Amino acid sequence: MNDLSVYAAAGILLFFIGLYALFFRRQLLRKILAANVMGSGVFLIFIGLVKQPGQSTDPVPQAMVLTGIIVTLCFTAAAIALAIRLKELNEEHHSATRPEDDFG
Amino acid sequence: MTLLFGHLIDLLLAVSLTVLAWRLLATSDLFKATVLFIAFGLLMALAWVRLDAPDLALAEAVIGAGITGVLLLTALRHLDSGARVARMSGRSGRRSLRVLLPALGIMPALLVLLCLSSPHIRSTAGLTASVIERLDQIGTDHPVTAVLLDFRAYDTLLETAVLLLAVVAVWSLHPVRPIFSPEPISPAQRGLLRLLLPVLIMTSLYLLWRGSHAPGGAFQAGALLAAGLLLLLLSEQRLPGRWSGMFLRLLLAGGFMIFLLVAAGALVGTGTLLDYPGGGASWLLLSIEAALSLSIAALLATAVIGGRPSDRSTEFPPRRKDPAGEEG
Repeated sequence: MNDLSVYAAAGILLFFIGLYALFFRRQLLRKILAANVMGSGVFLIFIGLVKQPGQSTDPVPQAMVLTGIIVTLCFTAAAIALAIRLKELNEEHHSATRPEDDFG
Repeated sequence: MTLLFGHLIDLLLAVSLTVLAWRLLATSDLFKATVLFIAFGLLMALAWVRLDAPDLALAEAVIGAGITGVLLLTALRHLDSGARVARMSGRSGRRSLRVLLPALGIMPALLVLLCLSSPHIRSTAGLTASVIERLDQIGTDHPVTAVLLDFRAYDTLLETAVLLLAVVAVWSLHPVRPIFSPEPISPAQRGLLRLLLPVLIMTSLYLLWRGSHAPGGAFQAGALLAAGLLLLLLSEQRLPGRWSGMFLRLLLAGGFMIFLLVAAGALVGTGTLLDYPGGGASWLLLSIEAALSLSIAALLATAVIGGRPSDRSTEFPPRRKDPAGEEG
């Protein structure tokens, strides 16, 4: 067993925890958080498996993960804008008397 | 002894990351989830340090924890109004998905076992040697910057395009709302801002310049600059109206446009897209990075503020009219 494998293992767990929440949680913001956690899991698996003890980390996966972090932020910003728009439309659609759906 | 200590830290970090992720997705309070997510981002940054990837640690701390945190907290203001009481249930009742549950339990267990037991799934060579071998042909001696701006410059070019597209998507959904702040800005915040802002700008410039031979670079520098800009805007400072029109749009698109121009120039000069003449002189790489980081700062900040500036040249983002009339 390699000492840095724990990060890859944690990455696998993060991915599946995120996947579970993505399927089974209802709130949209929670789903966005879940997708973020899944992304972090993938990054951890990637770098955790590449890293050799005693050597510097391979620059190509590092650059790819750096790109991934930025793209994750883009995804989050766009998804949140969509969620807010959906909530606004939902509030317009429902009359004030009906109970509010939870789109948080 | 130090080795054992290192192992302990690794194990502790990996376990805390998993537990934090579980807690933040399981808690019913969205505010708590957001705060836990920021903590999760900071621990991820520590994990990158342990994995010997300081570029990623910098990016994760600024972008993953900092800017995403601000983005989520602002979103919570808009999404959470009244939703706290109507928290119907955490779990959705879709029965059809329940068949996936055993798979969600067994698959990670198998994969984790495989990952911890078998050393053979690691690739042995990697690309480190090939990158370092060609490092002296281009104008940077930091391998990650070399990959980002030269060997895989195509990725970076398109990444900037994705960032621009995200802002276009956000802008097309709704006009900008005033930043919601329940209380007036405290003098302490203004004072802190005065102290922090010059430090942020200096650090950002340093990271940009340093990127050519050490961890750092356009994305980290731009993200730090964006953090400074967001601090300004959250402290009730506003961009003047005459800036929020063409000037802001040029700033947003500028990094991508300059990068594209260089790419096209290389296409004309050498016949290959992004194959810089002379292998990419250091001044060329540095000027691309400078343009990129300014653009990235503006893109990240506008993505967090969310919403396009109104057509009438008002300040961006607008001030709140009166505290009572706030939409939420």
